[in-house]
Amino acid sequence: MTRNDARDVEHLETVAREGRWRVLETVATSKAGHIGGPMSAMDLMVALYFHQLRIDPSTPQDPDRDRFILSKGHSAIGLYSVLALRGYFPVEELATFDHGDSRLQGHPDMKLTPGVDSSTGSLGQGLSAGSGMAIAAKMQGKDFHTWVVLGDGEIEEGMVWETVIHAPRYGLDNLTAIIDLNGLQQYGWPAGEHDRYDRSEPMGHVNLPAVFRGFGWNVIEINGHDYDEILDAYAEVDAARGTTGKPTAIIAHTVKGNGVSFTRATFKWHNGVPTDEQLDTARAELLIDQKTEALA
Amino acid sequence: MKAQRAVWGDTLTELAETDDRIVVVDGDLATSTMAVTFANAHPERFVQAGIAEQNMVGIAFGMSTLGYRPWLSSFGVFLTNRALDQVRMLVSQTKAPVRLAAAYTGLLNGASGKTHQDIEDLSVMRALPNMTVLAPADETEAEAMIRWAADHDGPVYLRLARDAVADVFDSGYEFRLGAPVLLRAGGDAPEVTVVSTGVQTSRTVDAITTIESGGRSVRHVHLPTIKPLDEDALWQHLAGATDVVTVEEHSVVGGLGDVVAAVLAGRASGARLTKVGLADAWAESGPNDFLLEKYGLSVDRVADRIRDVLGERVAA
Repeated sequence: MTRNDARDVEHLETVAREGRWRVLETVATSKAGHIGGPMSAMDLMVALYFHQLRIDPSTPQDPDRDRFILSKGHSAIGLYSVLALRGYFPVEELATFDHGDSRLQGHPDMKLTPGVDSSTGSLGQGLSAGSGMAIAAKMQGKDFHTWVVLGDGEIEEGMVWETVIHAPRYGLDNLTAIIDLNGLQQYGWPAGEHDRYDRSEPMGHVNLPAVFRGFGWNVIEINGHDYDEILDAYAEVDAARGTTGKPTAIIAHTVKGNGVSFTRATFKWHNGVPTDEQLDTARAELLIDQKTEALA
Repeated sequence: MKAQRAVWGDTLTELAETDDRIVVVDGDLATSTMAVTFANAHPERFVQAGIAEQNMVGIAFGMSTLGYRPWLSSFGVFLTNRALDQVRMLVSQTKAPVRLAAAYTGLLNGASGKTHQDIEDLSVMRALPNMTVLAPADETEAEAMIRWAADHDGPVYLRLARDAVADVFDSGYEFRLGAPVLLRAGGDAPEVTVVSTGVQTSRTVDAITTIESGGRSVRHVHLPTIKPLDEDALWQHLAGATDVVTVEEHSVVGGLGDVVAAVLAGRASGARLTKVGLADAWAESGPNDFLLEKYGLSVDRVADRIRDVLGERVAA
């Protein structure tokens, strides 16, 4: 198992553009799927899979691998795109997403898809599953790290806070929650002024860093689309593994649908199917035709 | 005669001496479920989740992915209701080897009353794919099931009673998954065939004894596995029956009665089915004897229902 210690931001950005393209292309092919969430979390996942995680796609069940859980499972196509580009399965297989008999289900299925460490889908469960892996790792003296991405809408689920209370008590400095704070959820809150309702900022009224610190977590706040900040945060977490006795929450400020003009910062692309014209726009903006280097 | 929850705590503690896959995740009820025995003997393999059953299930699932076979320690209601989504998503869907040790099931829960009476658990759990659903009759069968579960590669729901019941089985008993257990044949052509499950089987044994002493022939089958069911084996005991009575300390909705009903209907049996169990209603707090009598599950009340079927009940 290897991790890529060299920091090549330009390469990561290229991979992320390809990942975003695969999300749009796949959803267009399957005529169903989410777009905004996969694209807000894309840079966070690319930085994990192409830089941080100690993994080997040829041995996805290696007991010593770092674990990753996409708790916001409806962003599955984002994870599948990253896994395919990283070499867990052929990129062409993305075209089967949401089709019958596919290994790529609408929500991640650990029994079907190589590289998926936990099934998710019903929101709020991934951090808890990850904490169980982290507890078991400590019991077995394993030094892998468990990373979990959660959505800011998702953390409205009460179960998340059961885990937030519990994890520090077991000193889980081998567990990191990454909050994809994209500020939009599907329907939102009856607030009045904007559009029909104000869909913005599920956690807008909550001081998340203070809350996590109050529960005994280490907190790092970053721009979730800035690779230097992302990689610095990951490195800080990794260096502290096994020493602090505290789990870490990385609060990543992101933009829903980021990377393409028409999907960016609008709840309308929580899910949706792009037209051919929109795909042309995305292809141009993501520099897909200019890419020359090998991705993985 | 020993309470099943105590059997669980003792047996698991012993098994863990030689099986390092066994861990217990508790929902702050270890002194009630008797996980405390395990916690004292194996503190390094006891995880306290606190009063947070959903996280408790998630932790157990996560641990299972590293090779552990976690047992959850809580009351049945919290495992099958409060944490149902987690059990469904993380345990049933993935076929994780997580064991739900549901203590305080059924009507008799130490006077905690209806909020804690776990009377729909069999119905809920048997609807989940991959879930093995077990309801032991007494301490001996509970112990046999716990030992059986150690090597089972999938989720298990184990229905444990709070209080001890009269023994049904002797120490030579061997549990076989899915198989019904013929406790009394009642001759070749019994007038009524009774099927019971869980600790209600113990009370049903006594009820049938009083009826048989009156010269009537009764067959009694105990069904310890609610799922998966060996339907052919059960049918062997039901074929030719004209009257079947099911008896369970569980709601009449979706439990043993409906398991048997499906078998009878599927085989185009002409038998009349009478389901004895808890009505589709909320019960209440009270001493065990009071509850069993009022809600129709005492030895006398079960005997009355069977006599009704036999058409010989004498008006009180």
